[in-house]
Amino acid sequence: MTLPGVLQAQDSSTSDPSAIIPDKPNPPRLVNDFVGILSSSERSQLEQKLRAYNDSTSTQITVVIVKTTEPYPIGDFAFQVGRKWGIGQKGKNNGLVLAWATQTRKVFIATGYGLEGAIPDAIAKRIISNTIVPAFKQEQWYQGLNDATTEIIKRASGEYKAEPRQQSDGDGFGEILIWVFIAFIVLYFLSRRSGGGGNNRNRGGGFFPPVFFPPSTYSGWGSRGGGGWSGGGGSDFGGFGGGSFGGGGAGGDY
Amino acid sequence: MSRTLIIVVVIALILGMYGCSSYNGLVQEDTNVQEKWSQVQTQYQRRADLIPNLVRTVQGAANFEKSTLTAVIQARANATGMKLDANQLTPENIQKFQAAQDQLSGSLSRLLAVAESYPNLKANQNFSELQSQLEGTENRIAVSRNDFNGAVKVYNQSVRSFPNNIFAGIFGFPVKGFFEASQAAQSAPTVQF
Repeated sequence: MTLPGVLQAQDSSTSDPSAIIPDKPNPPRLVNDFVGILSSSERSQLEQKLRAYNDSTSTQITVVIVKTTEPYPIGDFAFQVGRKWGIGQKGKNNGLVLAWATQTRKVFIATGYGLEGAIPDAIAKRIISNTIVPAFKQEQWYQGLNDATTEIIKRASGEYKAEPRQQSDGDGFGEILIWVFIAFIVLYFLSRRSGGGGNNRNRGGGFFPPVFFPPSTYSGWGSRGGGGWSGGGGSDFGGFGGGSFGGGGAGGDY
Repeated sequence: MSRTLIIVVVIALILGMYGCSSYNGLVQEDTNVQEKWSQVQTQYQRRADLIPNLVRTVQGAANFEKSTLTAVIQARANATGMKLDANQLTPENIQKFQAAQDQLSGSLSRLLAVAESYPNLKANQNFSELQSQLEGTENRIAVSRNDFNGAVKVYNQSVRSFPNNIFAGIFGFPVKGFFEASQAAQSAPTVQF
């Protein structure tokens, strides 16, 4: 397992305002220190802990550390990162983003839809003001993050359970069905054609109505499967699952 | 074998298929807009539900300035009285809806700002939890409004563009309104010094 810390540090030094929402890390990881404020051992310790939790519960707690989230408020930033990366599992939406802007000294806990029950806004606020802020005020960065994630894990445990990873999902099956259907129709017409005979010709038009294609709204047959489970670079974290965020959570300053 | 017949049939099929897919696409986008709209309403409702609690807490904890409270109560009554069905999302209706909700946002943020000058209110656990719930709800409102706007944008684009606009006219898919990023009032009622 490698944590390309050097690369991360460089990323943030270029302050390009259009690239505020960082891209999904590749290989996927849960602790994303784009500033380099944590030591590499702290980072991997935290990563281990969050991965273990993801393995047992499928709940994905992600830490994102940036210098600043301008021009977005940190809350917006956290939701957008959560959505862009697809943190949490699809359908469960059990992702959480702990965002921290080191320059503006702001912290935000954004909960996915599925965690709003386990960690309501008031609790998120309390974790920030009672756990993170006191530690951060003393520059105990790692301790603050560690204690906060422990608290979150405690609150969220029992909500979700990990399921065995699926190789092929429902979507793939549906696509195959459609293709079989199309192939069937093509074959049907070909066989009628070769069956020859002018008598068949007139009936040809009558068959078509049940055929419908969902083309314009259906994007990319092939690109579907390439989702989260890339399992990059020998790490045991499978990747983000496509969860979504709806604005839950709370933030604070330190 | 008459070639023209085949060509005509093929063209008719293509047109028919295009019409179908265009209709299906519009239905799907329309459904998406409606779904997003229900999210918006849920979040506004959630805020409206928090307010009686907030008012009670404020009244209980401090001898609070009356006019601010009544303004909130009044604005809440206005906003909740404004029901907008998913099939009436015309630009004018949305604008009215937004105006009513923004008025509530404004009076709420005033209330929270005034509350800052009541120390015993600030120390009140109940109040601070309500406050973070309210902030969270404002965030959710913002997100759901954004999503709604996104869905409307996609929908409006396909309703307006050629040749979908012909089909949209035939099948009855009117252009929908969306939320304007409006006069500061809609920003979350956070208080800073």
